[in-house]
Amino acid sequence: MRTSVFLLISIAAAAVVFLAARVVNNDYIFFAGYTVLQFVVLATAWNILGGYTGYVNFGSAAFFAMGAYTTVFFYKLYPLPIPLLIVIGGVVSGIVGLGMGYLTLRLRGAFFAIATLALAVVLQTLVVNWDYVGGSRGAYIIRPNEMAPIGPYIQYLFLLMLALVVIALTVARGIERSQLGYGFATIRDDELAAEASGVPTLRLKLIATTVSGALMGMAGAPFPYYIGYLQPSSAFGLEYAVNSIAMPMIGGTTSWVGPLIGALLLGSLQQIATVTISSAVNLLIVGLLLVGFVIIAPNGIVGLVQERVRGRAK
Amino acid sequence: MAGALLEVSDLSKRFGGFVALDGIDLAVAQGERVGLIGPNGSGKSTLVNCISGTLTNETGTVRFAGEAIDGLLTHERTRRGLARSFQLPRPFATLTVADNLRVPLLYTVNARPGSALSAAEIDARCTELLRLVALADKAARLPRDLTQVEMRKLELARAMAAEPKLLIADESMAGLSQSEVDDIVSLLIRLNERGITIILIEHIMRAVMSFSQRLVVLVSGKKIADGKPDQVIRDPEVERAYLGQ
Repeated sequence: MRTSVFLLISIAAAAVVFLAARVVNNDYIFFAGYTVLQFVVLATAWNILGGYTGYVNFGSAAFFAMGAYTTVFFYKLYPLPIPLLIVIGGVVSGIVGLGMGYLTLRLRGAFFAIATLALAVVLQTLVVNWDYVGGSRGAYIIRPNEMAPIGPYIQYLFLLMLALVVIALTVARGIERSQLGYGFATIRDDELAAEASGVPTLRLKLIATTVSGALMGMAGAPFPYYIGYLQPSSAFGLEYAVNSIAMPMIGGTTSWVGPLIGALLLGSLQQIATVTISSAVNLLIVGLLLVGFVIIAPNGIVGLVQERVRGRAK
Repeated sequence: MAGALLEVSDLSKRFGGFVALDGIDLAVAQGERVGLIGPNGSGKSTLVNCISGTLTNETGTVRFAGEAIDGLLTHERTRRGLARSFQLPRPFATLTVADNLRVPLLYTVNARPGSALSAAEIDARCTELLRLVALADKAARLPRDLTQVEMRKLELARAMAAEPKLLIADESMAGLSQSEVDDIVSLLIRLNERGITIILIEHIMRAVMSFSQRLVVLVSGKKIADGKPDQVIRDPEVERAYLGQ
Protein backbone atom coordinates (compact mmCIF):
# COMPACT_ATOMS: atom_id res chain seq x y z
CA MET A 1 0.00 0.00 0.00
CA ARG A 2 1.37 3.39 -0.96
CA THR A 3 1.99 5.91 1.83
CA SER A 4 -0.58 8.32 0.36
CA VAL A 5 -3.25 5.59 0.43
CA PHE A 6 -2.28 4.70 3.99
CA LEU A 7 -2.57 8.37 4.95
CA LEU A 8 -6.06 8.62 3.46
CA ILE A 9 -7.20 5.45 5.24
CA SER A 10 -5.72 6.74 8.53
CA ILE A 11 -7.54 10.07 8.13
CA ALA A 12 -10.79 8.20 7.44
CA ALA A 13 -10.24 5.97 10.49
CA ALA A 14 -9.46 9.03 12.64
CA ALA A 15 -12.66 10.73 11.38
CA VAL A 16 -14.67 7.63 12.32
CA VAL A 17 -13.11 7.56 15.81
CA PHE A 18 -13.86 11.26 16.32
CA LEU A 19 -17.46 10.97 15.13
CA ALA A 20 -18.02 7.85 17.25
CA ALA A 21 -16.70 9.69 20.32
CA ARG A 22 -19.06 12.59 19.56
CA VAL A 23 -22.01 10.20 19.25
CA VAL A 24 -21.25 8.92 22.77
CA ASN A 25 -21.12 12.60 23.79
CA ASN A 26 -19.37 12.08 27.12
CA ASP A 27 -16.49 14.41 28.01
CA TYR A 28 -14.69 11.62 29.84
CA ILE A 29 -14.29 9.72 26.56
CA PHE A 30 -12.40 12.69 25.17
CA PHE A 31 -10.28 13.17 28.30
CA ALA A 32 -9.34 9.50 28.53
CA GLY A 33 -9.05 9.14 24.76
CA TYR A 34 -6.65 12.09 24.58
CA THR A 35 -4.28 10.36 26.98
CA VAL A 36 -4.42 7.06 25.09
CA LEU A 37 -3.80 8.82 21.76
CA GLN A 38 -0.94 10.80 23.30
CA PHE A 39 0.68 7.51 24.26
CA VAL A 40 0.17 6.17 20.73
CA VAL A 41 2.22 9.13 19.43
CA LEU A 42 4.87 8.76 22.15
CA ALA A 43 5.18 5.00 21.69
CA THR A 44 5.40 5.36 17.90
CA ALA A 45 8.01 8.10 18.27
CA TRP A 46 10.06 6.05 20.74
CA ASN A 47 9.91 3.08 18.41
CA ILE A 48 11.50 5.00 15.53
CA LEU A 49 14.71 5.18 17.55
CA GLY A 50 14.33 2.34 20.06
CA GLY A 51 12.57 -0.21 17.88
CA TYR A 52 13.86 0.47 14.39
CA THR A 53 17.50 1.22 15.26
CA GLY A 54 17.66 -0.58 18.61
CA TYR A 55 18.89 2.47 20.57
CA VAL A 56 16.92 2.50 23.82
CA ASN A 57 15.90 5.99 24.86
CA PHE A 58 15.05 6.45 28.55
CA GLY A 59 14.60 10.20 28.07
CA SER A 60 11.22 10.27 26.30
CA ALA A 61 9.81 12.46 29.07
CA ALA A 62 12.42 15.13 28.30
CA PHE A 63 11.36 15.41 24.65
CA PHE A 64 7.70 15.39 25.63
CA ALA A 65 8.38 18.08 28.24
CA MET A 66 10.32 20.21 25.75
CA GLY A 67 7.21 20.32 23.58
CA ALA A 68 5.02 21.13 26.58
CA TYR A 69 7.32 23.86 27.87
CA THR A 70 7.64 25.39 24.41
CA THR A 71 3.88 25.90 24.61
CA VAL A 72 4.16 27.43 28.09
CA PHE A 73 6.93 29.75 26.86
CA PHE A 74 4.86 31.04 23.95
CA TYR A 75 1.73 31.19 26.09
CA LYS A 76 3.55 33.74 28.24
CA LEU A 77 5.34 35.48 25.41
CA TYR A 78 2.71 35.61 22.70
CA PRO A 79 -0.06 32.99 22.63
CA LEU A 80 -0.15 31.11 19.34
CA PRO A 81 -2.66 28.62 17.91
CA ILE A 82 -2.00 25.08 19.14
CA PRO A 83 -1.32 23.61 15.65
CA LEU A 84 1.49 26.16 15.28
CA LEU A 85 2.75 25.35 18.78
CA ILE A 86 2.81 21.67 17.80
CA VAL A 87 5.08 22.51 14.87
CA ILE A 88 7.35 24.69 17.03
CA GLY A 89 7.41 22.07 19.80
CA GLY A 90 8.37 19.48 17.20
CA VAL A 91 11.20 21.67 15.92
CA VAL A 92 12.53 22.38 19.44
CA SER A 93 12.43 18.71 20.48
CA GLY A 94 13.83 17.67 17.10
CA ILE A 95 16.80 19.96 17.69
CA VAL A 96 17.22 18.53 21.20
CA GLY A 97 17.09 15.06 19.60
CA LEU A 98 19.71 16.04 17.05
CA GLY A 99 21.91 17.43 19.83
CA MET A 100 21.48 14.27 21.86
CA GLY A 101 22.37 12.25 18.77
CA TYR A 102 25.58 14.23 18.25
CA LEU A 103 26.60 13.93 21.89
CA THR A 104 25.96 10.19 22.01
CA LEU A 105 27.12 9.15 18.53
CA ARG A 106 29.75 6.79 19.83
CA LEU A 107 27.67 5.35 22.67
CA ARG A 108 25.86 2.06 22.36
CA GLY A 109 23.67 -0.19 24.48
CA ALA A 110 23.39 0.62 28.16
CA PHE A 111 25.72 3.63 27.82
CA PHE A 112 23.40 5.28 25.30
CA ALA A 113 20.35 4.54 27.49
CA ILE A 114 22.05 6.07 30.54
CA ALA A 115 23.02 9.16 28.52
CA THR A 116 19.38 9.72 27.51
CA LEU A 117 18.34 9.39 31.13
CA ALA A 118 20.97 11.96 32.07
CA LEU A 119 19.64 14.29 29.38
CA ALA A 120 16.18 14.14 30.98
CA VAL A 121 17.65 14.98 34.39
CA VAL A 122 19.65 17.91 32.98
CA LEU A 123 16.66 19.35 31.12
CA GLN A 124 14.37 18.94 34.12
CA THR A 125 16.90 20.78 36.29
CA LEU A 126 17.02 23.62 33.74
CA VAL A 127 13.23 23.92 33.65
CA VAL A 128 12.95 23.77 37.45
CA ASN A 129 15.30 26.76 37.62
CA TRP A 130 13.72 28.74 34.78
CA ASP A 131 11.25 31.13 36.40
CA TYR A 132 9.82 32.45 33.14
CA VAL A 133 8.08 29.10 32.46
CA GLY A 134 7.04 28.70 36.09
CA GLY A 135 10.13 27.03 37.54
CA SER A 136 9.42 24.50 40.26
CA ARG A 137 6.07 26.23 41.05
CA GLY A 138 4.64 25.31 37.69
CA ALA A 139 2.58 27.38 35.25
CA TYR A 140 -1.13 27.82 34.70
CA ILE A 141 -2.60 27.73 31.23
CA ILE A 142 -6.12 29.06 30.93
CA ARG A 143 -7.80 27.27 28.10
CA PRO A 144 -10.98 28.49 26.42
CA ASN A 145 -14.17 26.51 27.03
CA GLU A 146 -15.10 26.24 23.40
CA MET A 147 -13.37 26.02 20.05
CA ALA A 148 -15.60 26.98 17.14
CA PRO A 149 -16.83 25.14 15.13
CA ILE A 150 -15.82 21.91 16.95
CA GLY A 151 -17.39 22.62 20.33
CA PRO A 152 -15.93 21.86 23.79
CA TYR A 153 -12.18 22.54 23.91
CA ILE A 154 -11.36 18.99 25.01
CA GLN A 155 -12.90 17.75 21.76
CA TYR A 156 -10.59 20.11 19.86
CA LEU A 157 -7.56 18.78 21.77
CA PHE A 158 -8.72 15.21 21.12
CA LEU A 159 -9.01 15.99 17.41
CA LEU A 160 -5.51 17.50 17.37
CA MET A 161 -4.09 14.40 19.05
CA LEU A 162 -5.91 12.21 16.52
CA ALA A 163 -4.23 14.21 13.77
CA LEU A 164 -0.87 13.69 15.48
CA VAL A 165 -1.53 9.95 15.65
CA VAL A 166 -2.18 9.93 11.89
CA ILE A 167 1.05 11.88 11.28
CA ALA A 168 3.13 9.70 13.61
CA LEU A 169 1.83 6.41 12.17
CA THR A 170 2.27 7.61 8.58
CA VAL A 171 5.83 8.75 9.29
CA ALA A 172 6.69 5.48 11.09
CA ARG A 173 5.18 3.30 8.39
CA GLY A 174 6.80 5.43 5.66
CA ILE A 175 10.21 5.01 7.29
CA GLU A 176 9.70 1.28 7.78
CA ARG A 177 9.08 0.66 4.09
CA SER A 178 11.75 2.99 2.77
CA GLN A 179 15.49 2.82 2.26
CA LEU A 180 15.76 4.56 5.63
CA GLY A 181 13.84 1.68 7.24
CA TYR A 182 16.29 -0.87 5.84
CA GLY A 183 19.16 1.27 7.12
CA PHE A 184 17.63 1.53 10.59
CA ALA A 185 17.07 -2.25 10.69
CA THR A 186 20.72 -2.91 9.82
CA ILE A 187 21.84 -0.63 12.67
CA ARG A 188 19.61 -2.60 15.04
CA ASP A 189 20.87 -5.96 13.77
CA ASP A 190 24.61 -5.31 13.36
CA GLU A 191 26.14 -1.88 13.12
CA LEU A 192 29.54 -3.10 11.94
CA ALA A 193 28.02 -5.15 9.13
CA ALA A 194 25.77 -2.20 8.29
CA GLU A 195 28.79 0.07 7.79
CA ALA A 196 30.49 -2.63 5.72
CA SER A 197 27.36 -2.74 3.53
CA GLY A 198 27.61 0.99 2.86
CA VAL A 199 25.07 2.19 5.44
CA PRO A 200 26.07 5.61 6.88
CA THR A 201 25.17 4.57 10.40
CA LEU A 202 26.11 7.81 12.17
CA ARG A 203 23.97 9.93 9.84
CA LEU A 204 21.04 7.53 10.14
CA LYS A 205 21.24 7.57 13.92
CA LEU A 206 21.03 11.36 13.85
CA ILE A 207 17.96 11.16 11.62
CA ALA A 208 16.36 8.68 14.03
CA THR A 209 17.05 10.76 17.15
CA THR A 210 15.76 13.90 15.42
CA VAL A 211 12.54 12.41 14.03
CA SER A 212 11.81 10.52 17.23
CA GLY A 213 12.46 13.60 19.39
CA ALA A 214 10.38 15.84 17.12
CA LEU A 215 7.34 13.56 17.30
CA MET A 216 7.61 13.35 21.09
CA GLY A 217 7.79 17.13 21.29
CA MET A 218 4.72 17.40 19.05
CA ALA A 219 2.86 15.07 21.43
CA GLY A 220 3.83 17.29 24.36
CA ALA A 221 2.92 20.66 22.81
CA PRO A 222 -0.88 20.51 23.45
CA PHE A 223 -0.37 18.97 26.91
CA PRO A 224 -0.41 22.25 28.93
CA TYR A 225 -3.81 23.06 27.42
CA TYR A 226 -5.02 19.58 28.35
CA ILE A 227 -3.77 19.59 31.92
CA GLY A 228 -4.30 23.32 32.65
CA TYR A 229 -1.43 23.47 35.15
CA LEU A 230 2.01 22.28 34.14
CA GLN A 231 4.77 21.57 36.62
CA PRO A 232 8.13 19.88 35.98
CA SER A 233 7.16 16.71 37.83
CA SER A 234 4.12 16.18 35.59
CA ALA A 235 5.84 17.08 32.29
CA PHE A 236 8.95 15.01 33.09
CA GLY A 237 6.85 12.26 34.75
CA LEU A 238 8.23 8.74 35.02
CA GLU A 239 5.09 7.36 33.37
CA TYR A 240 6.05 8.95 30.03
CA ALA A 241 9.48 7.33 29.98
CA VAL A 242 8.17 3.96 31.17
CA ASN A 243 5.07 3.85 28.95
CA SER A 244 7.00 4.99 25.86
CA ILE A 245 9.25 1.96 26.26
CA ALA A 246 6.72 -0.57 27.55
CA MET A 247 4.03 0.05 24.93
CA PRO A 248 6.19 -0.74 21.88
CA MET A 249 7.82 -3.65 23.73
CA ILE A 250 4.43 -5.18 24.46
CA GLY A 251 3.03 -4.44 21.01
CA GLY A 252 6.20 -5.32 19.10
CA THR A 253 9.09 -3.08 18.07
CA THR A 254 9.82 -4.11 14.48
CA SER A 255 6.64 -2.69 12.97
CA TRP A 256 4.57 0.52 13.21
CA VAL A 257 1.60 -1.63 14.28
CA GLY A 258 3.32 -2.77 17.49
CA PRO A 259 3.42 0.60 19.30
CA LEU A 260 -0.16 1.28 18.17
CA ILE A 261 -1.43 -2.01 19.62
CA GLY A 262 0.68 -1.66 22.78
CA ALA A 263 -0.43 1.93 23.43
CA LEU A 264 -4.10 1.19 22.79
CA LEU A 265 -3.96 -1.89 25.02
CA LEU A 266 -1.92 -0.46 27.89
CA GLY A 267 -3.34 3.06 27.63
CA SER A 268 -6.93 1.79 27.75
CA LEU A 269 -6.14 -0.57 30.64
CA GLN A 270 -4.58 2.31 32.56
CA GLN A 271 -7.60 4.53 31.97
CA ILE A 272 -9.96 1.76 33.11
CA ALA A 273 -7.79 1.15 36.19
CA THR A 274 -7.77 4.88 36.95
CA VAL A 275 -11.57 5.05 37.23
CA THR A 276 -12.14 1.61 38.72
CA ILE A 277 -9.20 1.18 41.11
CA SER A 278 -6.71 4.06 41.28
CA SER A 279 -4.31 5.89 39.00
CA ALA A 280 -1.58 4.66 41.33
CA VAL A 281 -1.83 1.15 39.83
CA ASN A 282 -1.01 2.40 36.31
CA LEU A 283 2.70 1.69 36.50
CA LEU A 284 2.02 -1.59 38.31
CA ILE A 285 -0.05 -2.72 35.31
CA VAL A 286 2.76 -1.70 32.96
CA GLY A 287 5.33 -3.55 35.05
CA LEU A 288 3.31 -6.75 35.30
CA LEU A 289 2.44 -6.80 31.61
CA LEU A 290 6.04 -6.06 30.64
CA VAL A 291 7.38 -8.92 32.76
CA GLY A 292 4.73 -11.22 31.32
CA PHE A 293 5.49 -10.30 27.74
CA VAL A 294 9.24 -10.51 28.16
CA ILE A 295 8.73 -14.12 29.29
CA ILE A 296 5.93 -15.21 26.94
CA ALA A 297 6.44 -13.02 23.87
CA PRO A 298 9.78 -11.18 23.90
CA ASN A 299 9.05 -9.79 20.43
CA GLY A 300 5.67 -8.43 21.49
CA ILE A 301 2.22 -9.17 20.15
CA VAL A 302 3.21 -8.48 16.54
CA GLY A 303 6.27 -10.71 16.91
CA LEU A 304 4.10 -13.49 18.35
CA VAL A 305 1.71 -13.30 15.37
CA GLN A 306 4.61 -13.17 12.88
CA GLU A 307 6.16 -16.27 14.47
CA ARG A 308 2.86 -18.16 14.17
CA VAL A 309 2.44 -17.12 10.52
CA ARG A 310 6.05 -18.05 9.72
CA GLY A 311 5.64 -21.38 11.52
CA ARG A 312 2.63 -22.24 9.38
CA ALA A 313 4.39 -21.18 6.17
CA LYS A 314 7.31 -23.60 6.76
CA MET B 1 53.47 -2.05 -7.80
CA ALA B 2 52.56 0.49 -10.48
CA GLY B 3 48.82 0.97 -10.95
CA ALA B 4 47.89 -1.33 -8.07
CA LEU B 5 44.24 -1.40 -7.00
CA LEU B 6 45.17 -1.60 -3.32
CA GLU B 7 48.39 -0.21 -1.90
CA VAL B 8 49.19 -0.55 1.78
CA SER B 9 52.40 1.23 2.82
CA ASP B 10 54.20 0.98 6.14
CA LEU B 11 50.97 0.23 8.01
CA SER B 12 51.19 -0.23 11.77
CA LYS B 13 48.61 -0.86 14.46
CA ARG B 14 49.04 -1.26 18.22
CA PHE B 15 46.64 -2.36 20.93
CA GLY B 16 48.20 -0.83 24.03
CA GLY B 17 51.64 -2.39 24.23
CA PHE B 18 50.88 -5.15 21.72
CA VAL B 19 52.07 -4.53 18.18
CA ALA B 20 49.43 -6.12 15.95
CA LEU B 21 50.81 -4.83 12.65
CA ASP B 22 54.34 -3.62 12.13
CA GLY B 23 55.16 -1.69 8.95
CA ILE B 24 53.10 -3.76 6.51
CA ASP B 25 53.57 -3.11 2.78
CA LEU B 26 51.16 -4.79 0.41
CA ALA B 27 50.11 -4.09 -3.14
CA VAL B 28 47.34 -5.92 -4.95
CA ALA B 29 46.80 -5.54 -8.69
CA GLN B 30 43.41 -5.33 -10.40
CA GLY B 31 41.98 -8.81 -11.00
CA GLU B 32 44.45 -10.63 -8.74
CA ARG B 33 43.59 -13.53 -6.40
CA VAL B 34 45.72 -13.12 -3.31
CA GLY B 35 45.85 -15.50 -0.38
CA LEU B 36 46.74 -14.03 3.00
CA ILE B 37 47.83 -16.56 5.58
CA GLY B 38 49.46 -16.61 8.98
CA PRO B 39 49.12 -18.28 12.37
CA ASN B 40 46.42 -17.13 14.83
CA GLY B 41 47.25 -13.67 16.16
CA SER B 42 49.52 -12.85 13.22
CA GLY B 43 47.48 -9.72 12.39
CA LYS B 44 45.47 -10.89 9.36
CA SER B 45 42.08 -9.71 10.62
CA THR B 46 43.61 -6.52 12.03
CA LEU B 47 45.02 -5.79 8.58
CA VAL B 48 41.58 -6.37 7.03
CA ASN B 49 40.01 -4.12 9.66
CA CYS B 50 42.51 -1.35 8.94
CA ILE B 51 42.01 -1.64 5.19
CA SER B 52 38.22 -1.67 5.47
CA GLY B 53 38.12 1.18 8.00
CA THR B 54 36.82 -0.72 11.01
CA LEU B 55 40.10 0.08 12.80
CA THR B 56 42.29 3.14 12.40
CA ASN B 57 45.94 2.55 11.59
CA GLU B 58 48.49 4.53 13.59
CA THR B 59 51.07 4.88 10.85
CA GLY B 60 51.20 4.23 7.15
CA THR B 61 48.69 4.78 4.38
CA VAL B 62 46.07 2.79 2.54
CA ARG B 63 45.45 3.76 -1.07
CA PHE B 64 42.60 2.30 -3.06
CA ALA B 65 42.17 2.86 -6.80
CA GLY B 66 44.79 5.62 -6.60
CA GLU B 67 43.11 7.47 -3.72
CA ALA B 68 44.27 7.68 -0.08
CA ILE B 69 41.37 6.32 1.97
CA ASP B 70 42.82 6.50 5.48
CA GLY B 71 40.44 9.24 6.62
CA LEU B 72 37.32 7.59 5.22
CA LEU B 73 34.66 5.80 7.24
CA THR B 74 33.92 2.15 6.51
CA HIS B 75 30.76 2.85 4.49
CA GLU B 76 32.62 5.41 2.38
CA ARG B 77 35.28 2.81 1.55
CA THR B 78 32.57 0.30 0.67
CA ARG B 79 30.99 2.83 -1.68
CA ARG B 80 34.36 3.28 -3.40
CA GLY B 81 34.40 -0.44 -4.14
CA LEU B 82 36.16 -2.04 -1.18
CA ALA B 83 33.96 -4.76 0.32
CA ARG B 84 34.64 -7.36 2.96
CA SER B 85 33.01 -10.39 4.45
CA PHE B 86 33.38 -11.25 8.12
CA GLN B 87 35.15 -14.17 9.76
CA LEU B 88 31.97 -15.02 11.67
CA PRO B 89 28.93 -14.36 9.46
CA ARG B 90 27.11 -11.21 10.57
CA PRO B 91 23.79 -11.31 8.73
CA PHE B 92 21.05 -8.77 9.41
CA ALA B 93 19.02 -11.11 11.57
CA THR B 94 15.61 -9.47 11.22
CA LEU B 95 15.83 -9.02 7.43
CA THR B 96 15.11 -11.79 4.97
CA VAL B 97 17.94 -13.30 2.92
CA ALA B 98 16.90 -11.20 -0.11
CA ASP B 99 16.68 -8.03 2.00
CA ASN B 100 20.18 -8.70 3.32
CA LEU B 101 21.38 -8.22 -0.26
CA ARG B 102 19.04 -5.30 -0.90
CA VAL B 103 20.85 -3.19 1.73
CA PRO B 104 24.21 -2.85 -0.10
CA LEU B 105 22.39 -2.33 -3.39
CA LEU B 106 20.41 0.55 -1.87
CA TYR B 107 23.19 2.10 0.16
CA THR B 108 26.28 1.39 -1.90
CA VAL B 109 25.42 0.86 -5.57
CA ASN B 110 22.66 3.48 -5.59
CA ALA B 111 24.86 5.94 -3.70
CA ARG B 112 27.45 5.95 -6.48
CA PRO B 113 27.32 8.88 -8.89
CA GLY B 114 25.18 8.15 -11.94
CA SER B 115 23.68 5.00 -10.48
CA ALA B 116 19.97 4.92 -9.64
CA LEU B 117 18.64 1.39 -9.69
CA SER B 118 14.88 1.06 -9.77
CA ALA B 119 13.09 -1.27 -7.33
CA ALA B 120 12.68 -3.82 -10.15
CA GLU B 121 16.39 -3.65 -11.03
CA ILE B 122 17.31 -4.14 -7.38
CA ASP B 123 15.00 -7.17 -7.19
CA ALA B 124 16.59 -8.58 -10.35
CA ARG B 125 20.12 -8.15 -8.97
CA CYS B 126 19.14 -9.77 -5.67
CA THR B 127 17.71 -12.74 -7.55
CA GLU B 128 20.81 -13.03 -9.74
CA LEU B 129 23.14 -12.97 -6.74
CA LEU B 130 21.03 -15.48 -4.85
CA ARG B 131 21.18 -17.80 -7.86
CA LEU B 132 24.94 -17.36 -8.06
CA VAL B 133 25.32 -18.54 -4.46
CA ALA B 134 22.54 -21.15 -4.73
CA LEU B 135 20.28 -19.45 -2.20
CA ALA B 136 17.43 -18.48 -4.52
CA ASP B 137 14.99 -20.82 -2.80
CA LYS B 138 15.81 -19.23 0.58
CA ALA B 139 15.18 -15.64 -0.50
CA ALA B 140 12.20 -15.09 1.81
CA ARG B 141 13.74 -16.91 4.79
CA LEU B 142 15.43 -15.30 7.76
CA PRO B 143 19.18 -15.91 8.17
CA ARG B 144 18.55 -18.07 11.26
CA ASP B 145 16.93 -20.67 8.94
CA LEU B 146 20.18 -21.09 6.98
CA THR B 147 22.85 -23.73 7.48
CA GLN B 148 26.42 -22.75 8.29
CA VAL B 149 27.59 -22.97 4.68
CA GLU B 150 24.51 -21.07 3.46
CA MET B 151 25.22 -18.37 6.03
CA ARG B 152 28.76 -18.02 4.67
CA LYS B 153 27.42 -17.84 1.14
CA LEU B 154 25.00 -15.12 2.23
CA GLU B 155 27.92 -13.24 3.80
CA LEU B 156 29.84 -13.39 0.51
CA ALA B 157 26.75 -12.54 -1.56
CA ARG B 158 26.09 -9.48 0.59
CA ALA B 159 29.66 -8.27 0.08
CA MET B 160 29.23 -8.96 -3.65
CA ALA B 161 25.97 -7.02 -3.76
CA ALA B 162 27.99 -3.87 -3.13
CA GLU B 163 29.52 -4.53 -6.57
CA PRO B 164 33.07 -4.16 -5.28
CA LYS B 165 36.31 -3.81 -7.16
CA LEU B 166 38.05 -5.59 -4.30
CA LEU B 167 36.55 -8.26 -2.05
CA ILE B 168 38.29 -9.29 1.15
CA ALA B 169 36.98 -12.66 2.30
CA ASP B 170 37.99 -13.15 5.93
CA GLU B 171 38.04 -16.88 6.78
CA SER B 172 34.96 -17.68 4.75
CA MET B 173 35.46 -21.43 5.10
CA ALA B 174 36.12 -21.97 8.79
CA GLY B 175 34.17 -24.92 10.15
CA LEU B 176 33.00 -26.17 6.76
CA SER B 177 33.28 -29.69 5.38
CA GLN B 178 35.64 -30.51 2.51
CA SER B 179 32.89 -30.39 -0.13
CA GLU B 180 31.56 -27.12 1.31
CA VAL B 181 35.08 -25.64 1.17
CA ASP B 182 35.31 -26.66 -2.50
CA ASP B 183 31.93 -25.05 -3.04
CA ILE B 184 33.09 -21.71 -1.59
CA VAL B 185 36.45 -21.81 -3.45
CA SER B 186 34.72 -22.35 -6.79
CA LEU B 187 32.30 -19.54 -5.93
CA LEU B 188 35.21 -17.18 -5.19
CA ILE B 189 36.94 -18.14 -8.44
CA ARG B 190 33.70 -17.48 -10.36
CA LEU B 191 33.50 -14.05 -8.72
CA ASN B 192 37.12 -13.36 -9.65
CA GLU B 193 36.37 -14.33 -13.24
CA ARG B 194 33.81 -11.53 -13.23
CA GLY B 195 36.71 -9.11 -12.76
CA ILE B 196 36.68 -8.77 -8.98
CA THR B 197 40.00 -8.68 -7.19
CA ILE B 198 39.92 -10.98 -4.17
CA ILE B 199 42.04 -11.26 -1.05
CA LEU B 200 41.33 -14.55 0.71
CA ILE B 201 42.29 -14.90 4.34
CA GLU B 202 42.19 -18.54 5.28
CA HIS B 203 43.70 -21.26 7.43
CA ILE B 204 42.63 -24.14 5.17
CA MET B 205 45.78 -24.49 3.08
CA ARG B 206 44.18 -26.72 0.44
CA ALA B 207 41.68 -23.94 -0.26
CA VAL B 208 44.33 -21.22 -0.21
CA MET B 209 46.59 -23.13 -2.59
CA SER B 210 43.84 -23.90 -5.09
CA PHE B 211 42.54 -20.33 -5.00
CA SER B 212 45.57 -18.05 -4.81
CA GLN B 213 47.72 -16.73 -7.62
CA ARG B 214 49.90 -15.06 -5.01
CA LEU B 215 50.46 -15.79 -1.36
CA VAL B 216 51.28 -13.33 1.42
CA VAL B 217 52.33 -14.55 4.86
CA LEU B 218 52.03 -12.57 8.09
CA VAL B 219 53.69 -13.59 11.31
CA SER B 220 53.55 -11.51 14.53
CA GLY B 221 52.31 -8.46 12.63
CA LYS B 222 55.07 -8.58 10.01
CA LYS B 223 55.02 -9.68 6.40
CA ILE B 224 57.53 -12.49 6.05
CA ALA B 225 56.79 -13.73 2.53
CA ASP B 226 55.05 -12.58 -0.62
CA GLY B 227 55.16 -14.49 -3.90
CA LYS B 228 53.97 -17.48 -5.88
CA PRO B 229 52.15 -19.94 -3.60
CA ASP B 230 54.34 -23.00 -4.36
CA GLN B 231 57.50 -20.97 -3.68
CA VAL B 232 56.17 -19.27 -0.56
CA ILE B 233 55.16 -22.49 1.20
CA ARG B 234 58.68 -23.84 0.69
CA ASP B 235 60.20 -20.69 2.18
CA PRO B 236 62.16 -21.79 5.29
CA GLU B 237 60.88 -18.84 7.32
CA VAL B 238 57.27 -19.74 6.47
CA GLU B 239 57.88 -23.38 7.36
CA ARG B 240 59.36 -22.28 10.67
CA ALA B 241 56.35 -20.08 11.42
CA TYR B 242 53.89 -22.84 10.66
CA LEU B 243 55.70 -25.99 11.74
CA GLY B 244 58.12 -24.64 14.33
CA GLN B 245 61.89 -25.11 14.38
